[in-house]
Amino acid sequence: MQTEGRAWRFADNLDTDGIIPARYLNTSDPQELAAHCMEDADPGFASGVAPGDVVVAGANCGCGSSREHAPIALKAAGVGAVIAPTFARIFFRNAFNIGLPILECPEAVAGIEAGDRVRVDFDRGTIQNLTTGREYAARPIPPFMRKIIECGGLINYVRERLEGGSIT
Amino acid sequence: MPMTVTEKILARHAGKEEVRPGELVNVVCDVVLGNDITAPLAIAEFERTGAGRVFDKSRVLLVPDHFVPNKDIKSAEQAKILRDFARRQELTYRWDVGTMGVEHCLLPEQGLVGPGDLVIGADSHTCTYGGLGAFATGVGSTDLAAAMALGETWLKVPESVKFIYHGAIGPWTGGKDLILHTIGVIGVDGALYQAMEFTGEAVCGLSVEGRLTMANMAVEAGAKNGIVAPDETTRRWVEGRHQRPVAFLASDPDAVYARVYEFDVSGLEPQVAFPHLPSNVRPVSRALDVRIDQAVIGSCTNGRIEDLRLAARVLAGRKVHPDVRLIVIPGTPAVYRQALDEGLTAVFLDAGAAVSTPTCGPCLGGYMGILAKGERSVATTNRNFVGRMGHPESEVYLANPAVAAASAVCGRLADPREVVKDAD
Repeated sequence: MQTEGRAWRFADNLDTDGIIPARYLNTSDPQELAAHCMEDADPGFASGVAPGDVVVAGANCGCGSSREHAPIALKAAGVGAVIAPTFARIFFRNAFNIGLPILECPEAVAGIEAGDRVRVDFDRGTIQNLTTGREYAARPIPPFMRKIIECGGLINYVRERLEGGSIT
Repeated sequence: MPMTVTEKILARHAGKEEVRPGELVNVVCDVVLGNDITAPLAIAEFERTGAGRVFDKSRVLLVPDHFVPNKDIKSAEQAKILRDFARRQELTYRWDVGTMGVEHCLLPEQGLVGPGDLVIGADSHTCTYGGLGAFATGVGSTDLAAAMALGETWLKVPESVKFIYHGAIGPWTGGKDLILHTIGVIGVDGALYQAMEFTGEAVCGLSVEGRLTMANMAVEAGAKNGIVAPDETTRRWVEGRHQRPVAFLASDPDAVYARVYEFDVSGLEPQVAFPHLPSNVRPVSRALDVRIDQAVIGSCTNGRIEDLRLAARVLAGRKVHPDVRLIVIPGTPAVYRQALDEGLTAVFLDAGAAVSTPTCGPCLGGYMGILAKGERSVATTNRNFVGRMGHPESEVYLANPAVAAASAVCGRLADPREVVKDAD
């Protein structure tokens, strides 16, 4: 599994109000949410983002509200991956649960500028900056998270358990 | 092995003798919580699980509080999903306009969360219940859906960070000022993934309301949970109120902490968080030149009766500045009723304030007090991110209810001691 696209840079403490303002939380429709994604953080984002693009943010990415609408908006906008040195914990869980790949990698964040071409290989855990030619190793996804991903997300994991599967 | 109070609660709910930080545990939940923004997504995911029925209809608590009473057609459709589900599942507790309150004010008041409980909620401020000695943490809608089906969730045992507050805080200060001061020191990711354990003389002296306020904002430092070990003050609060058995757990004296912070808060003055982060904190005496357009008193952080009493003490016999809109939002119908009975509502109305039905409303920029471009609000809420209460170029200043009330009178950020001369 890979994604490749343009890098969109954001500062430290990118909060979920910045990713999707609460004034648009009167819907859970992914496409409607995508249309307003990052509206207060970068007004040009929703119209400019292309499938496969990568959000490269600073520390504590996704802090604030627990709204799952934030990773849903990013995913529906076409974002292929989010890279940050650290994530706020609820955003971290939500992103995995809905299938938005996120990677912790301070080195990559330091080495990627807005507009750089970036390729992420999730199987190898590598992040390539195609503009500079540098490659970075992301922190691997922990085994327990892989189990949920192997099931195809948290809901499928629950289905499997309810149907008497062997996952414990 | 010695354990912290957080570790003890997690161990009990994981069916283990002991747990260690970093360990992954599957835990049973005493209650699971959602609201009118997060529940619709969770309900859709729950339906996909094929579970059919929720794990326990008395332990799934859905509170329509964010955009309710419905602010527009879309929010009405969202809330209707919650209402229909609650009816269809025959949930034991069903709240709506008239009985509904801001969830984190409502649940402790109704005795549905208490000491020793493990609570997850699809709302980041679920951590509030740590003020009663519960382990409580926010999750997203999909996690809520899974927990609605199984009554279980997985958690990573967090490291604990201990915060000891020495001394007696000054007049017009409380839990809000202790937590703002703390976030100002450690930053908005100062306790990322960790448990914040609040102890010391100043915390022991707080009411349960003040402790709920402190734990409420643990997430603003990135924490998984905030917690105050339950004591006699807690016992008095839960007696005759809590509906399930309680567990009064305390950290072992030799429990292991990732870090220990000690603060001398003797004479601490009220604190204000400037835009656009809750960590951008300074004492009120260095914040007095900021003109304001609005003041909001309410929310899951400061919407309890003690908060309204504090505001009323400042506002009694005074008028809101002609250039300021003061909006008071009691957290629950019971708080609303008590404010009426104690004459607080009359004080607010005489001062020229609006008193609203309970709702999260303006705290998250929903409705009931949205800011225009360039406007500023002082608010007793918990977040001051860009655009949080309205236009992306508006500003929110976080403070306690006394500061918000004094600011409403002065038309600028103000110290309650400027307004009420005979304080203390």
